[in-house]
Amino acid sequence: MYNFTFHRPADVEKAAALLQSSEEAKLLAGGQTLIPTLKQRLAAPRNLVDLGAIEGLVGIERKGRNVVIGAMTRHAAVAASAVVIKAIPPLAELASHIGDPAVRNQGTLGGSIANNDPAADYPAACIGLGATIVTSKRKIEADDFFTGLFETALEPDEIITQVSFPLPIRAGYAKFPNPASRYALVGVFVAERGKKEVRVAVTGAGESGVFRVPAMERALVKRFAPKSLEGVKVDAKSLVSDLHAGAEYRAHLIGVMAQRAVEAAAK
Amino acid sequence: MPRMSLTVNGKAVSADVEARTLLVTLLREHLKLTGTHVGCDTSQCGACVVHVDGRAVKSCTMLALQADGARVLTIEGLAPEGGALHPMQEAFRTHHGLQCGYCTPGMIMTAIDLVNREGHELDEHTIRAGLEGNLCRCTGYHNIVKAIAAGASAMKGKRRAASAA
Repeated sequence: MYNFTFHRPADVEKAAALLQSSEEAKLLAGGQTLIPTLKQRLAAPRNLVDLGAIEGLVGIERKGRNVVIGAMTRHAAVAASAVVIKAIPPLAELASHIGDPAVRNQGTLGGSIANNDPAADYPAACIGLGATIVTSKRKIEADDFFTGLFETALEPDEIITQVSFPLPIRAGYAKFPNPASRYALVGVFVAERGKKEVRVAVTGAGESGVFRVPAMERALVKRFAPKSLEGVKVDAKSLVSDLHAGAEYRAHLIGVMAQRAVEAAAK
Repeated sequence: MPRMSLTVNGKAVSADVEARTLLVTLLREHLKLTGTHVGCDTSQCGACVVHVDGRAVKSCTMLALQADGARVLTIEGLAPEGGALHPMQEAFRTHHGLQCGYCTPGMIMTAIDLVNREGHELDEHTIRAGLEGNLCRCTGYHNIVKAIAAGASAMKGKRRAASAA
């Protein structure tokens, strides 16, 4: 990779100041996406701002009807957290299937959603649960956060500090992983948030990243059961076609994974 | 060039490294601990797995500077020079869990982390899932899985390997 200047600020304010004042600065969280990117020379920032030494960005807490997770919390910690397993089991389940064990020991929640990889798992959970992303500047609702392929609403000097996940009535996540990378070919997060509110969030299949399926949501509001989704199809036209799977197959997988997610939620 | 200090296999070390230096490069080229291997370039194969502050990480996907001030354990740190093998290493030996040996240090470091997280009674499913980040081209994994089950059991009653660093 190309060389750069490495910074390890002690707090968020200093990190934000470095982003503002430094030429071509990028944040380093767990590095499980950024470092491979740098190794391939797909990016060459002049400055790297490591968030690893900042206290207060790691943690998992139940706060009323929410689970609040610090942005630098590792996937392995979310997966193993008694708090998450009790309050939002599919969130722990989702984290436990990101990457592989060593990747989960380093990769972080904040890093994942700031990157908004179209095949990442967390965006589906954020949209499905209606999470709130808390940054150094403001609070952003998940529906407003993921704005496009590898794009988010974050400003260049804005740093995610934590994510607040409201507890659903019930929820489930089902993923069809790429057998090699374990990224989601299709991942569906289903959450019943109220008597008339169900969210179905799909990752891995959309050209611009995570999206909701209103037709499935309406069907599940009528009756929250896998059978309700029979015949509810997603139009393959807007889906990704690549060497791993065609759009038609992804459309089919969305139907299957959505049913499995509902099954998992209803258990 | 930034200077860093860390503990490797129980010893305090310092080094001047370019910021872009990977942890695996620091270990292999600066510290001459060549038991940790580079197998793929794409963070998939796990031949580079070491423990940083008690957790298995892919050292090819970490900057050396991220380990500044940290406690690192490599394959060399499991057993004293010329001394008895760590129970997990011994299990790989007795259960023929290696052929060319290239993936083996990564397999062993991953296995020890698995035991630290999941305990000493590991079933086949847990072990295979725990090895998703480690690739072997020689063995077909069967003896690796057997070795890890045996090694996990043999580790019962011993001090956590990471804290020996």
